Amino acid sequence: MKPAPFDYIRPQGVAEAIAALRQDDKTVSLLAGGQSLLVLLSLRMAPVDLLVDIGRIEELKTVSESATHVFLGAATTHAMIEDGAVPDPSRGLMPRVASAIAYRAIRNHGTIGGSVALADPAADWPACLMALDATVLVRGPAGDRREAVTGFVQGMYTTSLQQGEIILGFDIPRLPAGARWGAAKVTRKSGAFASAMAYVVEGCDGTPARVILGATASRAQPMPATAAYLSQHTAIDETELRAAIGADLDAVDPEADAYQRRNHTATVLRAIREVRA
Amino acid sequence: MLTVTLTINDDEQTHTVEPRTLLADLLRDRCGLTGTHLGCEHGACGACTLEVDGKATRSCVVLAAMCEGRSVRTIEGLRDDKIMEVLRRHFHQLHGVQCGFCTPGMLVMARDILRRHRKPTEKIIRHELSGQVCRCTGYANIVAAIGAAGAELDQGASS
Repeated sequence: MKPAPFDYIRPQGVAEAIAALRQDDKTVSLLAGGQSLLVLLSLRMAPVDLLVDIGRIEELKTVSESATHVFLGAATTHAMIEDGAVPDPSRGLMPRVASAIAYRAIRNHGTIGGSVALADPAADWPACLMALDATVLVRGPAGDRREAVTGFVQGMYTTSLQQGEIILGFDIPRLPAGARWGAAKVTRKSGAFASAMAYVVEGCDGTPARVILGATASRAQPMPATAAYLSQHTAIDETELRAAIGADLDAVDPEADAYQRRNHTATVLRAIREVRA
Repeated sequence: MLTVTLTINDDEQTHTVEPRTLLADLLRDRCGLTGTHLGCEHGACGACTLEVDGKATRSCVVLAAMCEGRSVRTIEGLRDDKIMEVLRRHFHQLHGVQCGFCTPGMLVMARDILRRHRKPTEKIIRHELSGQVCRCTGYANIVAAIGAAGAELDQGASS
């Protein structure tokens, strides 16, 4: 299908884009890579009066690094992360995640900021950034604000972004040497959205483990009981671990049917096995 | 309406388009470049894959307006490309084509794979090609043709 008519502008900078977003009488949407949004427009699932193309704003492509953090601008593409064209704070986790998002032609244009802003429950970056304890930097009419990605993503296609706000990028703490990670997802077909997804990060210096479950009915969320079990046990008793996962699933994806619970459980176990391998 | 100036197969052109005009529709309907095939029109099948600024791109999920100042290369613009010449020959010899609908996208993606992976294994080819749908299900021959082209190009590069 073809998209319904809309207007299109390409502002020069973030301030101009923020100003363009403040139109009460129109449905305005930001366009970054367009790899999800243009699909929704072509399927006529997302009514839009005005597209604000932010894909060329240099400020959104800012990348910087310090001894403790890497900052990735919102317009950083999946392919740039996959290829190592930007610094990797995650000791290989982010490039691997990027390489399994959709397909290369999509990864060449799709952006990390767009993925988090859309907040599809099965998207990779919200869950991965939560596992890395990342912070999102947002600019709006009232100035800049920062928020943990864990709180920023609030539900299916829902974030804390207010009208007129734009994601500038993500501040991602570097994983320390010796930290380990595991990642697992289940897709019906390679490149398709996942039906189950789990990320596990364990520090080496006594920092608590982080376990994130994605592809739930609402949003990616931490699994605190599972993380606590991992932090307290160097040797795993699988029965006890499954009990912890089950307790988390009751809270994180309460509507999941028996199949989906098994799918989640197997995926979390697979990610944990990779961490502890 | 918007005015867009872009380079298509090395030829700079200016077109007046609706904001909603997809790149694929500009190429097919206005430029006569019907080698770019439109299958699903929502980024699922890969038939419309071409290059924008040298990067594999699905032309059904890019607006013509987004291509202002960009360089677009379609299957027609790859006629004299060295990698494409080798790919075409192996697609022909190994019968990597049945109805031909997916073929332009397959060839563009195959070229992209060979540019990023020197002599790719079958596993890499299958992973990288997973976004291209062939409804004749002729994948085995397509994968074999890309592998053979990769081997020939690798041999040529090292000799």
